[in-house]
Amino acid sequence: MIETVSAAPPKRRRGWTRKEWHYFWLGLVFASPWIIGFLVFTVYPFFSSLYFSLTEYDLFNPPKWVGMDNYAAIMKDRNFYKSISNTLFMAFISVPVTLFSSLLIALLLNFKVKGIRYYRTIFYLPAVIPGVASALLWTWMLNPDFGLVNIFLRWAHLPDPAWLLDPRFTKPSLILMGLWGSGAGALIFLAALQGVPQTYYEAAQVDGANWWHRFWRITVPALSPIILFQLIMGLIGAFQIFTESYILAGGKSSGGALGGPGQSLLFYAVNLYQEAFINLKMGYASALAWILFVIVMLITLLVLKTSKRWVYYGGE
Amino acid sequence: MSAAKMLRTKIFPHTMLILFAFFFLFPFIWLVFTSLKSSNEIFELPPRILPASFQWSNYKAAFETVPFGHYMLNTLVICVLCIVGQLFASPLVAYSISRIPWAGSKIIFAIVLATMILPSQVQLIPQYIIFAKLGWVNTILPLTIGAFFGAPFYIFLLRQFLLGIPRELSEAAKMDGASELRIYSQIIMPTLKPALATVALFTFVGAYTDFMGPLIYLNDAAKWTLTLGLQGFQQDHGAQWEKLMAASTIMAIPMILLYFFGQKYYMQSGSAFTGFK
Repeated sequence: MIETVSAAPPKRRRGWTRKEWHYFWLGLVFASPWIIGFLVFTVYPFFSSLYFSLTEYDLFNPPKWVGMDNYAAIMKDRNFYKSISNTLFMAFISVPVTLFSSLLIALLLNFKVKGIRYYRTIFYLPAVIPGVASALLWTWMLNPDFGLVNIFLRWAHLPDPAWLLDPRFTKPSLILMGLWGSGAGALIFLAALQGVPQTYYEAAQVDGANWWHRFWRITVPALSPIILFQLIMGLIGAFQIFTESYILAGGKSSGGALGGPGQSLLFYAVNLYQEAFINLKMGYASALAWILFVIVMLITLLVLKTSKRWVYYGGE
Repeated sequence: MSAAKMLRTKIFPHTMLILFAFFFLFPFIWLVFTSLKSSNEIFELPPRILPASFQWSNYKAAFETVPFGHYMLNTLVICVLCIVGQLFASPLVAYSISRIPWAGSKIIFAIVLATMILPSQVQLIPQYIIFAKLGWVNTILPLTIGAFFGAPFYIFLLRQFLLGIPRELSEAAKMDGASELRIYSQIIMPTLKPALATVALFTFVGAYTDFMGPLIYLNDAAKWTLTLGLQGFQQDHGAQWEKLMAASTIMAIPMILLYFFGQKYYMQSGSAFTGFK
């Protein structure tokens, strides 16, 4: 089959002029770093992980074919369900909350007041702190006895949970940490906000629309493509939460197993890491990776499909 | 100005902005102040905000307990290699799909965009197996080699910039008989400088803050990066918060400096997405 392909160039290409061929080769050469990288680091691993998912493989002995056994075992694995429910919690609660907070901050930063530049600098600052450092900072901030958050809550006579030591409060802790860094998303919203033509607002004002109407009828539709973009990126990001969980749960020191108290921080990527690189079950972890791929694709498609109803693309 | 308008345009915005600024800034201030307190002072109730006396020795102690200087050096080597790789590959690919009229440009752009949403975990295990077979585990190669093939986000970013450069600029040079490579290196690359700075900056930040990559590939403590070193420090000296906060501050300082000096590049990345439909 390979011979016939190389012997007879595809018919469609016969019509190409010398110039077109010249550009074809040129384009190919310029794009070659990415093409090679894509084949070696994406396409090949993509399909070979499908193969590994059907084997038992510990890196030291050759992979042993087991068919669908890994998938069947996953369906009965408690850790798998725990990690899915933890991850979905973050996807359905943390992602919208963070998105809303980013939008709110962007609206604040869009006020035309003096010194707005300095506010912008401050709001974005937490987003530049490395994840490991900010996770450690919040571990200290949320310390049940001496953390600033509980000191404040006790001062205000409010309940003071044990945060990272209480399985019910570990994920809210993570959300709080995420909110602290939501200035990054706000910046993307802000750039979009400043692109909304001022004339829309002026026209609406003439028609007597109040602030709330202007927000829902002009701002939200105008930002909807960016909301969609951030929503999809956030959902995909939720399935890859790793560093924060690893640090907040105290890493390997917490008795060998990752995932924090009551496995409340055992997210999908954490479980996958644990199976692959601690338990050395490469085949099993590959099956987990493929299930992850299918879930992420389904969620993305679902969001894109519903987006037709709420995303407006400008006619410009 | 009427009182109602004053309230709406000045007092309300400033109050809200100050409230939020407090939320964003205070944990950060707490980080720095904790790092300067004595080990007894951090457990004092009610806490004092300012340290009684600045314990700079916490920083010295952090450096002495853990070789942070060494980790910093390891991290910088990785960062520099990644930047070199990205600056070599990403603009080439972006140039190909935005300024060379060839059949593959649209397809490649579509695949580049599609790979942006592909979860990296899917390729993670086979990649590890490849690197293990090559004997590259416990070296910095798995953490840097990928940069030399470009990254979707940077290719996308550079493409957006390249589309904004007028075609006439390269057409004129082409009339004079300049080769494509020459146009690329002598005309396009210099005009692309601000965008390349953005790519370099984000590559640096990405490599500097990466935790999972080094965690998987670097076992030998002598090769650790700052993120691993900091995590190891937490593991061994978990309750010494003042030293842990000192170490965290050390790790955050380069990022904060970069942010203050390169703010406009951070802002650019925000607007890059909004121009795309």
